[in-house]
Amino acid sequence: MTLHLSPYDRSLLAGEYGAGAKMAMSVVVRMAEFHGAERLLDIEQAHIDSSIYMGEAGLEFAERLAGLGAKVAVPATLNVSAVDEHHWQEWAVPPDWAANARRQMAAYVQMGCRPTWTCAPYQVDLIPKFGQQIAWGESNAIVFANSVIGARTERYPDLLDICAAITGRVPAVGLHLTENRAGQLLLELSDIPLALQQDDSFYPVLGHLLGKVARERIPVVTGLQVRPTEDQFKALGAASASSGAVALFHLVGHTPEAPTLEAAFQGRQPEESHTITLDSLRAARRELTTATGARLDLVVLGSPHFSLAEFKQLAPLLVGRRVHPEVKFLVTSSRAMTLLAQKAGYLAALEAFGGKVTVDTCILASPMLPPEIKRLMTNSAKYAYYAPGMLNTEITFGSLADCVQSAVEGRVVRDESLWK
Amino acid sequence: MELILRGRPVISGQASGVALVSTEPLSFWGGYDYQTGTIIDRRHALAGQCAAGRVLAVPFTRGSSTTTAVLLEAVKAGTAPAAIITTAPDSFFALASIVADEMYARPIPLVVLAEADFARLRTGQRVEVDEAGTVIVITL
Repeated sequence: MTLHLSPYDRSLLAGEYGAGAKMAMSVVVRMAEFHGAERLLDIEQAHIDSSIYMGEAGLEFAERLAGLGAKVAVPATLNVSAVDEHHWQEWAVPPDWAANARRQMAAYVQMGCRPTWTCAPYQVDLIPKFGQQIAWGESNAIVFANSVIGARTERYPDLLDICAAITGRVPAVGLHLTENRAGQLLLELSDIPLALQQDDSFYPVLGHLLGKVARERIPVVTGLQVRPTEDQFKALGAASASSGAVALFHLVGHTPEAPTLEAAFQGRQPEESHTITLDSLRAARRELTTATGARLDLVVLGSPHFSLAEFKQLAPLLVGRRVHPEVKFLVTSSRAMTLLAQKAGYLAALEAFGGKVTVDTCILASPMLPPEIKRLMTNSAKYAYYAPGMLNTEITFGSLADCVQSAVEGRVVRDESLWK
Repeated sequence: MELILRGRPVISGQASGVALVSTEPLSFWGGYDYQTGTIIDRRHALAGQCAAGRVLAVPFTRGSSTTTAVLLEAVKAGTAPAAIITTAPDSFFALASIVADEMYARPIPLVVLAEADFARLRTGQRVEVDEAGTVIVITL
């Protein structure tokens, strides 16, 4: 297969749109050749994960592109940064790290990206539409855009997302093409109590199991009797993109490309079938907890970033209560959602409770936690999956109500009634 | 004794080093400390091993799309594997190697081996990779 480049593609590659666009196009074309693509296609927008400062090379890459005059050719949102731009001093972030992270933020803004600083852009700004071709980074955003919205993106890794945004062009491969969006394996929910299906904590656990079984393939789930909320979809997708590399799932009857089982598989046969029982979900839930005792230093919510609806759900649980003096309570969110929550009056309850909000970033992307914080609790499967290895901490997974109750009591407590 | 395995070059290059092999996929984000080249994913079989300068053999990358950025950091810091062998072309490794070439003219050689050949690799073997994608294993 030979790659066919359009006149515009060739102009970009020849440097007619500047040296920055030339470098970006060189990366896009070399990746197209890697994939054996026949052509490139236009994207309508991008979400850039490369904005997270991790070290000198990523900063050098961003400043090289910006310095060469590169600008995004399509609207582009920015994923989290490595610092809360205006409040990093309240945490354990080293000043030289913060300075570099802020330089990296500036480079992406200079290239014309919108300073959204969130891993849940689909709840904030530039929300894509069904069938749109987009180039998104950030695994939880990718799986949400593909599965819940029906927009079309490959799993754009760091460094390629910005090159796609600068050129507006991507290799015509993978999930951009209809035929590659068919389900590959079938997972049937069997005898899962309705009360559990209606509970928020069901979705991250199901997602964790989905990722483990599906790995990088496209799972199709049947038997779900309730319509998940946007935040339940968010938790499901984020979990499946942490324990596995799921970029697209179909929930028959609930997601846009799966009105029926046949549509989800595009008329093909599943490669394999699995049954999901309450037992397998219990086992998946157990895997999300690494802590053994009841000791607790930090309750952390908001991976992916907390939404307005989640702030609304949290606020009444906190009224008239107070976090235990030896426990910290943290919500990670976007500036946009935090501002809306404040205007709606939901933040007052959190402040009175003794909780804090961090915006722009999260505990995985920013070296913000002081070393004495060793025992975490969360309702996020993504935090639960990554925190033990990345932060060298122990973690307990629980429901939102479990997290609040534990924060008040100063020790891990969980209501097991739905999981019995 | 030498074992000659014919692979396919994804990003051509010459390298040699001591093999570090696992049949488990690996995420570099949350899995690789670029300051030391150590594998830090506690759930991974290679946890605690240092991959800097070694020929890393894993079937493919898992999970986060931030793997590419971590690998680029490792190239700049001098803690990247000398070469990477996989069982299928891996786009995240390819991208990191291409950008390492654009930025530093130091691409990481990438080779794909058939699964049966990949299964003959063992941690600790001395391995050479050439531009044609041939993997020479010194078995002694």
